[in-house]
Amino acid sequence: MADIWLGLSQAFWLVITFDAELMEITLRSLMVSLSALVIASAIALPLAALLAVRRFRWRRWVIAILNALMGLPPVVVGLIVYVVLSRSGPLGVLGLLFTPTAMVIAQVIIIVPLIASVAHQALRDLWSEYHDLLISMHVTQGQKVATLLWDARRALLTASLAGFGRAIGEVGAIMIVGGNIDNVTRVLTTAIALETGKGEFALALGLGFVLIGLAIAVNLSIHALSRTEVEARW
Amino acid sequence: MSHLLPLTVQGAETTHRGKRLVGPIDLTIEGAGATVIVGPNGSGKTTLLRLLHGAARLTHGEIAWNCPMDEAQLHQAFVFQRPVMLRRTVLENLIYPLKVRGTSKREARKSAVAWAAKIGLSDMIDRSALVLSGGEQQKLALARALITAPKVLFLDEPCAALDGRATREVEVILQAAKQNGTRLILSTHDMGQARRLADEMLFMLGGKIHEFGPADTFFEAAQTASARAFLKGDIVE
Repeated sequence: MADIWLGLSQAFWLVITFDAELMEITLRSLMVSLSALVIASAIALPLAALLAVRRFRWRRWVIAILNALMGLPPVVVGLIVYVVLSRSGPLGVLGLLFTPTAMVIAQVIIIVPLIASVAHQALRDLWSEYHDLLISMHVTQGQKVATLLWDARRALLTASLAGFGRAIGEVGAIMIVGGNIDNVTRVLTTAIALETGKGEFALALGLGFVLIGLAIAVNLSIHALSRTEVEARW
Repeated sequence: MSHLLPLTVQGAETTHRGKRLVGPIDLTIEGAGATVIVGPNGSGKTTLLRLLHGAARLTHGEIAWNCPMDEAQLHQAFVFQRPVMLRRTVLENLIYPLKVRGTSKREARKSAVAWAAKIGLSDMIDRSALVLSGGEQQKLALARALITAPKVLFLDEPCAALDGRATREVEVILQAAKQNGTRLILSTHDMGQARRLADEMLFMLGGKIHEFGPADTFFEAAQTASARAFLKGDIVE
């Protein structure tokens, strides 16, 4: 119990003194996970809409696999990205291993299935509502997708935020592909793992509370920006 | 101005899992006015409408408009029994069909505002369409269908869930559309409505057309026994 109080007070002091190192790794955490969120949403949301709208042969299989991949173990993703990006790997020439870019790539792979699955559920329901009308209006495939994405935007926001939550709290993959290098690829989660390993529980806990606060702050600000739940409409 | 009509249907059938839902249908629809489809539940009214509109699969036979199919589809609209509301505001619902056709934003907005006034929803244009009452939603669906000035408008029991006043409001809009040259093809259970709107009557039973002809003849001297029984209010199966 004492450790927790110590951690809380550590977190408090780290935050109000604008500790330089804390600011740096917090910002890096944010940059990596927000980049992953934007890229993954750009892939997953249109994919989810296409899966809802189009009927093709392997559709059910794709959806089932996507659902299964929601539980993709980050460590394994990290390992695979590591092998692909390592010097002797197929993309080794890019020299991306142990950079924040590699961390973004790993996180994108981890959260695309999650965002796509959750988004697909919402879009499928909306599509069953809209189907007859849009078919009757002879809208193009692209217009269907755009209409669904726009009208389901609040549900899609939830899907994206779930993805962000998984990305910002993830440690296994970014530890492997980022390497937890001080000043280069160290982020909140890898720093927590490191401090815990060193026995610095109070500092680790302090970082942990900062991480939780960060996740809450991002969620709240996105909700505020998109005015969800403001107009009690849909 | 292109001419959609006459619409010629020959031996048209639609089947689902080996079961024939409607057909074979032979039918020619031409001229102006309104064709009203009546018949008991499950007689295939909805499926026939969807078939003519191209929303149900044609498994046999032929449906031909007096112009290429994609052009014909551009000049039709469909109003469903239960109105489908886009999760947007009233105004955005009205703008939507114009927007997908590439009408400019300003023009679409102008036309949408005018239509909102026509259906008495001017005060509601910035409200969500989902908070409207059933009658208001159906009027909105009707305006959304008419805003593109379709040459043929299909309506599937448009007043099934509406009370007398809302029904009258919908019928006023329909009469005006008819005056403006929109060909109406609608189904109904309301024989009063059929008498008020119909120029042509079509009686469906068991997925087939049992009778098709001018409205006066149908109401005064129906040819088939089943149609006479139906008009009398008997339960026809």
